[in-house]
Amino acid sequence: MAALLDVRDLSIAFPRATPVHGLSLTVAAGETVALVGESGSGKSLTALALMRLLPDTARIASGEVLFRGRGGGVSDLARLDDAALRQVRGRDIAMVFQEPMTSLNPVLSVGRQIAEVVRFHEGLSWRAARARAVELLDLVRIPEPRRRVEDYPHELSGGMRQRVMIAIAVACAPRLLIADEPTTALDVTIQAQVLDLLDALRRDFSMGLLLITHDLGVVAEWADRVAVMYAGRKVEEAPFETLFGTPLHPYTRGLLAASPRLDAGQHYSVGALAEIRGSIASAAGERGCAFAPRCAVARTLCRDALPELDAVAPGHLVACPVTTAAIPQEEAHHATPVG
Amino acid sequence: MRRLPRILKAVRRTALQAVPTVIGIVILNFFLLRLTPGDAADVLAGEAGAATVETLSALKAKFGLDLPVLQQLGGYLHNLAHFSLGVSPRYNQPVAALIAARLPNTLSLMGSALALALLLGITLGAIMASFAGRPADRALSVLSLLFYSIPSFWIGLMFIVLFSVKLGWLPSGGAETIGAGLTGWGAFVDRARYQVLPALSLALFYVAIYARLTRGDMLEVKAQDHVRTARAKGLPPLAVTRDHVLRNALIPVTTMAGIHLAGLMGGAVVVETVFSWPGLGRLAYEAVMGRDFHVLLGILLLSSLLVVVVNAAVDILQAWLDPRIEVR
Repeated sequence: MAALLDVRDLSIAFPRATPVHGLSLTVAAGETVALVGESGSGKSLTALALMRLLPDTARIASGEVLFRGRGGGVSDLARLDDAALRQVRGRDIAMVFQEPMTSLNPVLSVGRQIAEVVRFHEGLSWRAARARAVELLDLVRIPEPRRRVEDYPHELSGGMRQRVMIAIAVACAPRLLIADEPTTALDVTIQAQVLDLLDALRRDFSMGLLLITHDLGVVAEWADRVAVMYAGRKVEEAPFETLFGTPLHPYTRGLLAASPRLDAGQHYSVGALAEIRGSIASAAGERGCAFAPRCAVARTLCRDALPELDAVAPGHLVACPVTTAAIPQEEAHHATPVG
Repeated sequence: MRRLPRILKAVRRTALQAVPTVIGIVILNFFLLRLTPGDAADVLAGEAGAATVETLSALKAKFGLDLPVLQQLGGYLHNLAHFSLGVSPRYNQPVAALIAARLPNTLSLMGSALALALLLGITLGAIMASFAGRPADRALSVLSLLFYSIPSFWIGLMFIVLFSVKLGWLPSGGAETIGAGLTGWGAFVDRARYQVLPALSLALFYVAIYARLTRGDMLEVKAQDHVRTARAKGLPPLAVTRDHVLRNALIPVTTMAGIHLAGLMGGAVVVETVFSWPGLGRLAYEAVMGRDFHVLLGILLLSSLLVVVVNAAVDILQAWLDPRIEVR
């Protein structure tokens, strides 16, 4: 099956740094792919780059962002001209941002902000667009949509605002929805509601969903496939069962070990949470594996050469020569990369 | 729509608060003006050249200038309570009539100057913000610095030299072509031609301020998350700038414009003198020179009322621009 989104070898550069190196990623229609990493790993920049919304100082240094449009034609978003790109933004690909507090315009009513996107992409009148805004507010389960449509962002709670953001995003029934840490700024009780909503909309519209997060709990519940990023590179990618069952990259293992578990009766007073020593800043200037300075199993070869992404099983890619060497050779040999 | 009752309430409250403010201003001004040496009778007698002590005291008695100061204040307040601004000894006319004759000219000068300043300033600021750091921005920055630092009387004189004397495009002074007897559209165009140069001289200083302010605010707003959301919607750059950046950036500009409207009246005195514009500014200037305190008090009272009204209008405008601001 041809992917909806096929990112190939994407690099993002600032004048003095290259925070994302050679990232490849695919998302199929109706699939939820989670891009996981800690702050500074380049996951949010990747999300912005897909829609060419990078800050002025950053640019796509190399790579392709192939997107299959409504007609079935594939275009490279990294090279599309501005007018054609505007047709894709908000209509074929939509985005939900992390901060619902600041992502809405404070001086326009939420109805106006939803209406303008359908007005622009579908050429509706203000009146018809306003009626659509009410329907969309209802779709994202905001009570009393007819009254709420006149509200301003400051009159809504954080969860409500994120719902409005989602209403804006799905207004034109996009084929791909990019959600950049959609629940990070929200109350824990609201997080699940918002993710459930995103998941329901994904099914209804058979959208591809690219979920950017640092929360493995979110990944475990909602993702079909997971890509783990570290210091601007993808270090492991696997279907979510595989990733949680047999993680191979030391960084992934560290992340999973660092997640709190309820079942073991763990409490900080009984047993401390595992941590990954050091910080992501230690990856700066590293010639070999960026994780080597923090890695417990790192060897000399790790510090000299950049590890390649190897397919150890169908759909399971790992960039660690040390841990992959430990699995039986023939298994790794027969594995072929997918996508 | 649902803000309308709140706005009406705010207007009523402002009106009630204005009364003690204005009375305080009147009393304060009254005593301040008494501190200047001489009065209207002295000036009139001086101008006559051959006034005797008897004529002088007769003049003083006629205008009530020989009464004790407190009694004069009482008389003035008594007049005010009956909506009368008194009579000008110099013009021998009711002050209200004098002011009413000049007020439209000054209001139209101030209004057109402020409108020009906002229009030019916001446009220049928007252009500067769009090309921030590039040659267009640098050039306009220098231009706005020039506008900011050149005094309005000098720029007025230079405008007269260039546009009236050298090019002969626009008239150099006055408010309309005397004796032309124009009506309707013709009269409007005629008045507009007389108004261009004084309004522009008065406006340029404010153009510079609004341009810098708009530029800074727009750059700040541009970096905000909601502008990225607008771009993610696929909106064209013009719609993003107009509906999302400019709308937010205008809020501080309106605050400044409200404060400036009162200051414009002061600037109008100078510009009206340069362009022989028959407005309140010149009337005030002449009133000072002639120690015509009733006229001056009337003008000061009017300008304090103007400030009160403008401040209330700015509050309402801001509540309309920014729904987060409550009109209380």
